[in-house]
Amino acid sequence: MRGLFLIVSRSLKQHALSTFVTVLSVALASGLVMAVFAVKTQTHDAFTGSSVGFDAVLGARGSQLQLVLNTIFHLETSPGNIPWSMYQAVKADPRVELAVPYAVGDNYHGFRIVGTTDELFTKFEYQTGKKFQPRTGGRLFKTELREAVIGSFVAQKTGLQEGDIFNPYHGLNFDEKMKHAEEYVVAGVLEPTNSPSDRVIWIPIEGIFRMGGHVLRGSGKEYTAQAGIEIPDDFKEVSAVMLKFKSQTAGMQLNQDINKQGTVATLAWPIEMTMLSLFDKIGWVEQILALVAYLVVLVSAGSILASIYNTMNERRREFAILRALGARRTTVFSAIVAEAAAIAMLGSIGGFVVYAIVMGTAGAVIRAQTGVVLELMQFHPVLIAAPLGMIAVGALAGIVPALKAYSTDVATNLAPAS
Amino acid sequence: MPVLEILDLQKSFRSPDGEQIPVIHVASFKLNEKEQVAMEGSSGSGKTTFLNLIAGILQADSGQISVAGKRMTGQPEAVRDSIRAAHIGYVFQTFNLLQGYTALENVALGMMFGRGVDYDYARELLQRVGLKDRMDYLPRQLSVGQQQRVAVARALAGKPTLVLADEPTGNLDFRNAKEALDLIRGVCKESNAALLLVSHDREVLAQFEKVENLSTLNSAAAQEARR
Repeated sequence: MRGLFLIVSRSLKQHALSTFVTVLSVALASGLVMAVFAVKTQTHDAFTGSSVGFDAVLGARGSQLQLVLNTIFHLETSPGNIPWSMYQAVKADPRVELAVPYAVGDNYHGFRIVGTTDELFTKFEYQTGKKFQPRTGGRLFKTELREAVIGSFVAQKTGLQEGDIFNPYHGLNFDEKMKHAEEYVVAGVLEPTNSPSDRVIWIPIEGIFRMGGHVLRGSGKEYTAQAGIEIPDDFKEVSAVMLKFKSQTAGMQLNQDINKQGTVATLAWPIEMTMLSLFDKIGWVEQILALVAYLVVLVSAGSILASIYNTMNERRREFAILRALGARRTTVFSAIVAEAAAIAMLGSIGGFVVYAIVMGTAGAVIRAQTGVVLELMQFHPVLIAAPLGMIAVGALAGIVPALKAYSTDVATNLAPAS
Repeated sequence: MPVLEILDLQKSFRSPDGEQIPVIHVASFKLNEKEQVAMEGSSGSGKTTFLNLIAGILQADSGQISVAGKRMTGQPEAVRDSIRAAHIGYVFQTFNLLQGYTALENVALGMMFGRGVDYDYARELLQRVGLKDRMDYLPRQLSVGQQQRVAVARALAGKPTLVLADEPTGNLDFRNAKEALDLIRGVCKESNAALLLVSHDREVLAQFEKVENLSTLNSAAAQEARR
């Protein structure tokens, strides 16, 4: 064993440049495989409801997926509005534990402004035992004032802090010509939740109703809110209602009532199944990414093979000397396989650096686009399987040059015959 | 008991036109414990082949070779490797040091496949051959004479009972050749190892009390084929 280590370490040192390049290619392969599977699992977990907090979304008749993407992940556009009365009815339903309205239509520099009630902060738990909390120095908005509570990512990107004043812009996409006249004060900045909510500006729902230029059609007729005059409930409308049920049965019953027998609304339930349908649709992208990663593994295995094989001619004499000193053919064979495995092992260690870089880059993009945060240190079986698999692949790649070393003729390569 | 015993040893090679050419046909040869014998032979007389047969690097066509009482001929290659690692030290004309390894590591390689690595003993050997201050030098950083000393230390590292030396002074100038020869003989004597040294150099052969001639040992057929 000590002998093998000496032979392998000296060879790696002697062929330092090719070893370095090969180690880099293995690191790239191992890191990519780890990153592809870790990103896949973490995005699946983030988008399929394990930490969403709500059970269902009620919205206008249309696509369940669009409803969930719009309301829970704050992506996509709203499929339409539902009347306030529908929100009140579902809120009063004894099977419903929590119903939080969601009204959207404005943004601030691309970050969407959502009107809601303070129940989102006082009753809703985005994860078990965890509520949206303003950081020190801030507080929740007062429903009767033009105040906002902003997500941590919004604060980070826009520079808005507690006490700052801002004007909303009409629509979900930022257009500086669409500036509303209303001014809002930042009452608080929420603690980071590592969820899409970090990218949202929350204001009282009344603020959305009363925003200049907004027309309410809850009753079917158009209504524009007037300052100092209470808005009749009939005219109010919301983009969606986020729901938490008291039991699974409630979900099944409401699904039956709203989706199968009703005609005016859609209940996206269960949220994780809705999101799974999205991943089913884009599953081929993941497969292509995995395929690319596997191809890189193959290329790196080939580079191990080539880098060692290319040294075989110059090393024939070395093998002959080792054999003359008593090394068996199997010892020489094992040394080459061990050398290939050692290169793969060094590459696998380097793979964690590549993994960290890819996760950091992909994580930043995914967070900026969706608010979902990837955890670099989160355990995934691939973090063990990929390095071990890479070492096994490396050892297999070493078999071809090892066979050449195995077949080296001692007498021919040792010294010229006298 | 002889350290090396050879009986009716035959080895032939196939020529490019398919003809079998006898190279070695030695009826009998013995080397006793601690004995030092020089083997004379002209260039191309089969001296290296003879040593390679004794070391088990080449497989004999027929006949018997025993090293330290262990039969070398007719054994699988792995067994021959084990016998070589345990009982034989080999000094080559071209030294055959491994270039990526230090002097100390080269000596350690000499014991790696036999008794196991003992770096203290490797250091002791290098000290004995006068390379106490050169242990961590690579072969290319050593003079030719110093490289030969490392090769001698390596040959003795496995505590062999038999040392084979193939033209060990062939690449050295007169002064270095004499020093190397004295060193090999001296260290073998100190280590109680028998020495079989092949050379065609008259001055080297003159140093030995017993000199055998490979051509004389070889049968007429082999001699004829060598011509």
